[in-house]
Amino acid sequence: MRALALLLCLAACAPVSRDLRVGSKRFTESRVLGELGVIVARGTGATVAPRTEFGGTMLAWNALRTGAIDLYPDYTGTIINEILAGESIESAEELTEALAQHGIRSTAPLGFNNTYAIGLREERAHELGIERVSDLAQHPDLKLGFSNEFMDRADGWPGLRETYGLPQSDVRGLDHDVAYRALESGALDAIDLYSTDAEIDYYALRVLEDDRAYFPRYDAVFLYRAELATTAPTLVRELDRLAGKISEDAMVAMNARAKLELVPAATVASEFAASQLDLHVLTTERTLAERLWLRTKEHLTLVLISLFAAIVIAIPLGILAARRERLGQVVLAITGILQTVPSLALLVVMIPLLKLLGAPSTYLIGSAPAILALFLYGLLPIVRNTHQGLKDIPGDLRDAAEALGLSARAKLWRIELPLASTSILAGIKTSAVINIGTATLGALIGAGGYGQAILTGITLDDTALILEGALPAALLALIVEYGVRSKTRDYS
Amino acid sequence: MTTASTEGSAGELRHAIEFTRTTVRFGATTAVNGIELSVPAGRTTALIGPSGCGKTTLLRLAVGLQRADLGDVRVLGRRIESNSLAELRHSIGYVVQEGGLFPHLSCEKNVSIVAEFLGWDSERIRARMSELCALVQLPEDLIARAPSKLSGGQRQRVGLMRALFLDPELLLLDEPLAALDPMVRAELQDDLKQIFARLEKSVLLVTHDLAEAGYLGDELVLMRAGQVVQRGSLRELFEEPTDPFVTSFVSAQRGARDVLAEAAQ
Repeated sequence: MRALALLLCLAACAPVSRDLRVGSKRFTESRVLGELGVIVARGTGATVAPRTEFGGTMLAWNALRTGAIDLYPDYTGTIINEILAGESIESAEELTEALAQHGIRSTAPLGFNNTYAIGLREERAHELGIERVSDLAQHPDLKLGFSNEFMDRADGWPGLRETYGLPQSDVRGLDHDVAYRALESGALDAIDLYSTDAEIDYYALRVLEDDRAYFPRYDAVFLYRAELATTAPTLVRELDRLAGKISEDAMVAMNARAKLELVPAATVASEFAASQLDLHVLTTERTLAERLWLRTKEHLTLVLISLFAAIVIAIPLGILAARRERLGQVVLAITGILQTVPSLALLVVMIPLLKLLGAPSTYLIGSAPAILALFLYGLLPIVRNTHQGLKDIPGDLRDAAEALGLSARAKLWRIELPLASTSILAGIKTSAVINIGTATLGALIGAGGYGQAILTGITLDDTALILEGALPAALLALIVEYGVRSKTRDYS
Repeated sequence: MTTASTEGSAGELRHAIEFTRTTVRFGATTAVNGIELSVPAGRTTALIGPSGCGKTTLLRLAVGLQRADLGDVRVLGRRIESNSLAELRHSIGYVVQEGGLFPHLSCEKNVSIVAEFLGWDSERIRARMSELCALVQLPEDLIARAPSKLSGGQRQRVGLMRALFLDPELLLLDEPLAALDPMVRAELQDDLKQIFARLEKSVLLVTHDLAEAGYLGDELVLMRAGQVVQRGSLRELFEEPTDPFVTSFVSAQRGARDVLAEAAQ
């Protein structure tokens, strides 16, 4: 297994140089700040790998802690209440101390506080007479929708409900970007906001007063690995120079540029760097054809390597399962269970698993864990169909083959596998189609591919960008499903 | 490898197969019950009996597809052992009811698969192929086709070619004609009789059809419930039954008397 993991890593990743790796979370503001981090790093003359996006706080934090990335932007409130939730931090000194325990340092606050808030459409708030969070208690029938992270976080909904004694039962978790659309359409009455969200103005939302001071401060900072102080001292100095440079208004404006005007995050960040920090770094825009080609390459790499590995492992497993019935049931059960694990969970679990297997830190995010997850996902259809195809060989043919006096190997290759080939090929095709779809989630752990366009498109509410990822993925699946006719032979 | 009991005066095998107190059980059912039977070499022996009497199991024992729970099976003077089984099987031709041809291979490849595995050169394979086509009376141009493109009778001829390809000492046939319609069947019976007579091989044939057994077999072995009831010629079964079961079995199969009458002429 260890050797296999290593093989996947070697196959998946280009030779590794110690490029600086900047991460971000998946929402607009984090992406813009991440790009700003990239620009600052480039400004120091460092070679910087493309920014990696993560689908959640703990993913980004773990990537930083394990050394898969070198820095990413986060918020003091998030660090204290979510990441280091068990450590009851009261002061800035205690925070520095606690981060140091993990080999992590923080810059001074960048200048703005992006706290959580609760918002309603202005007219709805007016109609119900709601101005403060505590007013919500009078309206138990309100439909609430919160970002998935907010639903579970220590500083999120559970604490808010308790602090204000909120009675609402119709509360659902959903993607933050989708929440704005649901609010606008009236499907939801109130959602959580980030106070620097550009949508607050855009959708004319009323931000409720946090009258019991529930939400802490969420000052934006960059978290970075402590060793940068020795390996890249200029970078640390430059990051520290950002302290206090980004005002709340400036951040809202940047969010609006990126989110509402659909200007790429890299461009927004470079405009800010040029005008406010006098930092001029060229960012290059890719054409549609270049983007498609790049994502297709990334996507095919994920699918083909994982599929190839799945075929190499699953066919022998299927043969083994057909030979030894008892062991076969165990093999089928294990591969079956692997497939019932939700694909996102499987992807995320791969990161600590790879670390456990001793993979170097640069392989912990990106294509390696995605390929490993897709490989595990692809096993079942091939194992099952190989097993079934061999089991379905009629008894008289089995006897005839056995009585010929061939070696076991010759019998397998010349007779049994060809007879089972229709079934095996169908299994491979199923695996390929499943993996093409599942690989789009790989973008959540930085694997790129079509999923990158879909995720960024969802973040930006940019349907064209979503389609830029979704259409090629669907097309690829259709090509495999209908284009690759498995050679079904007609024996009748 | 041969023992005194299986060797004739000229040093040749007297018995192609010997079952000694052989028993096979499938769960609670006993398919073969302590059977004692020797199948003579160089002749055709027909195993007959009602369904489930154990005749097919006996055949499968002889080619190592079935293990004996008790007792001993010797084939061509050798005990069936897993490490030498493949080699022994090269001396045995085995034909099953529907021919057992592999649908993904042409008839030609079906026939020559073991020879190719053993590394015969193509010249030798081609020569043997035409020889066998002539023997089983199959037009040579049919041999390149897929098994599915041939008639049932033709497929059985191909199955026989495959069984004979390595010129085995022993031929085992499990209901080879049962799935064929009567016209084809009669024709193939005639051809089989000639082929057996020409090759002078040891043949063990399983059939539930007494007429066919009487026509093709030099000797008949009638089985019931995993044991041999009587062995002898068709005439002996009719005229000197050793058990009421023999009488009822032979009288239930009307066509068999005609074979007897025909043979008497």
